[in-house]
Amino acid sequence: MDMQTLYLIIPLAPLFGAIVAGLFGRLVGRTGAHVVTIAGVAISFIASVLVFQDVRAGNTFNGTVYTWMVLGDLSFEIGFLIDSLTAMMMLVVTFVSLMVHIYTIGYMHDDPGYQRFFSYISLFTFSMLMLVMSNNFLQLFFGWEAVGLVSYLLIGFWYQKETAIYANLKAFLVNRVGDFGFILGIGLVLAYFGSLDYATVFAKAPSMATETITLWPDTAWSLMTVIGILLFIGAMGKSAQFPLHVWLPDSMEGPTPISALIHAATMVTAGNFMVARMSPLYELSDVALSFIMVIGAITALFMGFLGIVQNDIKRVVAYSTLSQLGYMTVALGASAYSVAVFHLMTHAFFKALLFLAAGSVIIAMHHNQDIRYMGGLRKYMPITWITSLIGSLALIGTPFLSGFYSKETIIEAVRLSNLPVADIAYWAVVIGVFVTAFYSFRMYFLVFHGKERFHQGHAHGNEPDTHHDEHHGGTPHETPWVVTGPLLALALPSLAIGYMTVEAMLYGDFFGNAIYVSDRHQVMHDLNQNFHGAAAMGLHAVVTLPFWLAVAGVGLAAFFYLKRPDIPAAIAQRFKFLHQLLLNKYWFDELYSWVFAKGARFLGGFLWRRGDQNVIDGVFVNGTAHLVERFSRLVKAFQSGYIYHYAFAMLIGVFALVTWFARLN
Amino acid sequence: MFGQSILSLVIWVPILAGVAVLATGSDRNAALARWIALAGALLGFIVAIPLVTGFDTGTSAMQFVEKAAWIPAFNIHYHLGVDGISMPLILLNSFITVLVVIAGWQVIQDKVAQYMAAFLIMSGLINGVFASLDGILFYVFFEGMLIPLYLIVGVWGGPNRVYAAFKFFLYTLLGSLLMLVSMIYLYFQSGGSFDIQTWHTTTLGMTAQTLMFFAFLLAFGVKVPMWPVHTWLPDAHVEAPTGGSVVLAAITLKVGAYGFLRFILPILPDASAELAWFVIMLSLIAVAYIGLVALAQSDMKKLIAYSSIAHMGFVTLGFFMFSPLGLEGGLVQMISHGFVSAALFLCIGVMYDRLHSRQIKDYGGLVNKMPVFAAFFMLFAMANAGLPATSGFVGEFMVIMAAAKVNFWYAFVAATTLIFGAAYTLWMYKRVVFGNVTNPHVEEMKDVNAREILLLGVLAVCVLAMGLYPKPFTDVMHVSVVDLLAHVAQSKLP
Repeated sequence: MDMQTLYLIIPLAPLFGAIVAGLFGRLVGRTGAHVVTIAGVAISFIASVLVFQDVRAGNTFNGTVYTWMVLGDLSFEIGFLIDSLTAMMMLVVTFVSLMVHIYTIGYMHDDPGYQRFFSYISLFTFSMLMLVMSNNFLQLFFGWEAVGLVSYLLIGFWYQKETAIYANLKAFLVNRVGDFGFILGIGLVLAYFGSLDYATVFAKAPSMATETITLWPDTAWSLMTVIGILLFIGAMGKSAQFPLHVWLPDSMEGPTPISALIHAATMVTAGNFMVARMSPLYELSDVALSFIMVIGAITALFMGFLGIVQNDIKRVVAYSTLSQLGYMTVALGASAYSVAVFHLMTHAFFKALLFLAAGSVIIAMHHNQDIRYMGGLRKYMPITWITSLIGSLALIGTPFLSGFYSKETIIEAVRLSNLPVADIAYWAVVIGVFVTAFYSFRMYFLVFHGKERFHQGHAHGNEPDTHHDEHHGGTPHETPWVVTGPLLALALPSLAIGYMTVEAMLYGDFFGNAIYVSDRHQVMHDLNQNFHGAAAMGLHAVVTLPFWLAVAGVGLAAFFYLKRPDIPAAIAQRFKFLHQLLLNKYWFDELYSWVFAKGARFLGGFLWRRGDQNVIDGVFVNGTAHLVERFSRLVKAFQSGYIYHYAFAMLIGVFALVTWFARLN
Repeated sequence: MFGQSILSLVIWVPILAGVAVLATGSDRNAALARWIALAGALLGFIVAIPLVTGFDTGTSAMQFVEKAAWIPAFNIHYHLGVDGISMPLILLNSFITVLVVIAGWQVIQDKVAQYMAAFLIMSGLINGVFASLDGILFYVFFEGMLIPLYLIVGVWGGPNRVYAAFKFFLYTLLGSLLMLVSMIYLYFQSGGSFDIQTWHTTTLGMTAQTLMFFAFLLAFGVKVPMWPVHTWLPDAHVEAPTGGSVVLAAITLKVGAYGFLRFILPILPDASAELAWFVIMLSLIAVAYIGLVALAQSDMKKLIAYSSIAHMGFVTLGFFMFSPLGLEGGLVQMISHGFVSAALFLCIGVMYDRLHSRQIKDYGGLVNKMPVFAAFFMLFAMANAGLPATSGFVGEFMVIMAAAKVNFWYAFVAATTLIFGAAYTLWMYKRVVFGNVTNPHVEEMKDVNAREILLLGVLAVCVLAMGLYPKPFTDVMHVSVVDLLAHVAQSKLP
């Protein structure tokens, strides 16, 4: 089989599964649905491994699958670009997706929408693969919107739940705000480059470096800056960067498997992937890069703070995801694209692991998600416990674990960056390390250690309890192998993938031409100077600030939540405003709800009643009708039918005419 | 046998079928009327198929031309022909007519023959509009098609149907009369010809062009409808029966947009260039202003009616970008809107037939009772929101791309549809379909039947096919559009 057929099979196999499970769900039954979708994704994964090896052997591909539309010399195509960046993304997407598919068998076991769920997650896999494999902006946008659609469908999967159908609408609309910028960016690319094909655009980009665009009379803006920022606005929506972050925490209303797959490992990283893919464009604008770095730094730090006060197990992980996405974004701003993508990969493994482990805990807790009613679970769920510990350690950057290599390099990259905003960003990401360690282990200790509090839990779970309540009140027990299997399979890369690949991915020739860094941005070069192998990097960590900040975060969490739980309560009391500020997520939801949601509806209502009904209909349409009526009444008065009226009028007319003629002469 | 007169068949088959349906008389023969109507509509669609299979995409010249003297005294001809701009519209119309006949199968129980006949006759007349190459012939069809439409709204409509029908009639009347005056002026200027293609080369001064520009703009702008002459459309939709709304949205609005391409742009190129800003402003207002207004609607039909106005704003915006991308984007948007708006009005019809309400608040939790319907409705809602891989995306995308090239801020305002379109469509969808059933009457609603699945299924295939592979559509249009743009670029000042 030639490689091009293989490229086609990779997205089409999950699509086939999605169609079968979606349209013929009743026919194939529950088992049929999960068999066909898992088979599809498994084929896709195996093919991705083959493609990855092929790419490592030096074979890349850039070609058309079919022509979407042609207008004279302007051609829009659906096509694939297979290089190391794509191959790596394909591997991550299909692997995590495969794990999530298997896990879903256990997690959605009793859900009436079983087949529908499998159909959606396979459709997602297809869309995400089309996004990463694209060789042009059009298909990128296709994939971009398609993953958004599936995310919308999955957040609202439990469509009877009012909070879920609110959250999915919100997610879609906030993403659309991002897409608004994104499509304008694409529009400018087409307008100035005359093509949407990556290769053509990237080749022409250097000659556009000094091009300007007049957005406002008498102002010249750098074209690349405008395009860069517009495209990045799309990434801000998809990757939930401040201030378009508001949808991601609410997306936790969806079932946990998709929180792992879509809202942690893959879809939300599409924005970061996109910026890395566009590195030849972003390298031309320091302003756009600075903008990216600032947004990333704000997200990394301030979303981390919010994780500290959350009590819903999934929301803690969600804020952690926001914060980590911020780290990736900061790295992009520092022109360390490969580091951002590297963190994207390690994060995909350990964050998917953390989410799936959280789901395992949620199953054991009968869908109560409040960590205040957990505790001591390590005795009952050993596999979930150990894998969660691995995930948390990887997340906070424990030396030799996967997250360490990526996060540590990001911090170094920001330190070395020569952008004017790099100093502030550096402190944001450094403090972020402490915050990450603190909230991660706060959750870890509250869930797995300390007193068993699950018998006090009366609060109702967030997800509808699809498991029957028969074991309610009994002791929690470990989840079945379809759940723990994926946990173990994800724990391995969370432990080792960083150590194994850091050298090749960051300092080797892995990315080759897939990522372009201008000579003006020396960060990767400088990092390489300081790098002496993965082992040396791990050992060196103990003399660095981030390591001790992480240790301090874990220590403080242990002290607060295992020894003296009264202290955090007292602090919350003492700093009430701060606590409220965090609990209310800086009041962004309220602000947006007031200004945009209510504001738009008010404006719409105003335009409708005043503009359409009062002015156009009231004055012009009905006004014209009234005017005609009044005029006709007036005219009617002349047509009285009395002969002497007409005769009198005639006489006056004759008199007037005669007078007029007389005056003319 | 009929190879030389396909266009005549396309026009007269539906009209004669309509007359045949009328002949069945009263409602005692309703079943017969329905079957004749279906046969007529299908036959009308079948005779239109050679237009596609025999179409030469390599030429901008008129094809399938028929010409015969009609009123020799005034040099008026029965002159028909199509190019890549009008041919797809004839197909769309013939196709939608079949759907409309099926859609009214059970719902219409009163004056069945007259109802079906009105749609068939209107279908033939609209095909006549798109096929006419003679000004007076065009005018006759253009005005004639309003009569059945007026009757459909006025006879089978809702409680406020008379007001709606009158408003619609008054709106269109003024513009039409000004158009007739312009045509007579063109007759004299062109040395006594009513031939539209002759007019395309007639020299005209700037004042004359400007005056005629506004006359035609009013005539066609009302039909599109453009802001601020749009307020008849929501009223007409709300009062019209489902089939009426489908034809109104899917076809009638396109007649107005088509007039821009056949008359305004090629006959008045200098005025068009000079006054492009004016049309662009009105189009952008339609996109943004109407997008907001749609958000405030509580009646589903009104909401989709306003959404139609916003989507048609894209059509006129695309036309005045004066580029193949923009113009073909507008045309693609016309076809796509034909599918999507037809589907959405059919969806509302499905719900209305069961609950007899169009108010959003009367629904909620429909997915619990009608899962198949909910899936269809989701697809069409997403198409309305312009999601890629649906037809709704293609035209919007092309027009935004074309606008970004002309002026960034045009694209900026146009792109707000990404947000507004999604907001009003999906907010409605959420309130109607998702959630728990609160209205006990919704509890009794049955999922779509085979007839409804057929209707929605066919449209779903169209929406997806056009979204995934729009190339065949633009291939048909491209040469004619390039030729049209060449006309537009050529000054006709004396």
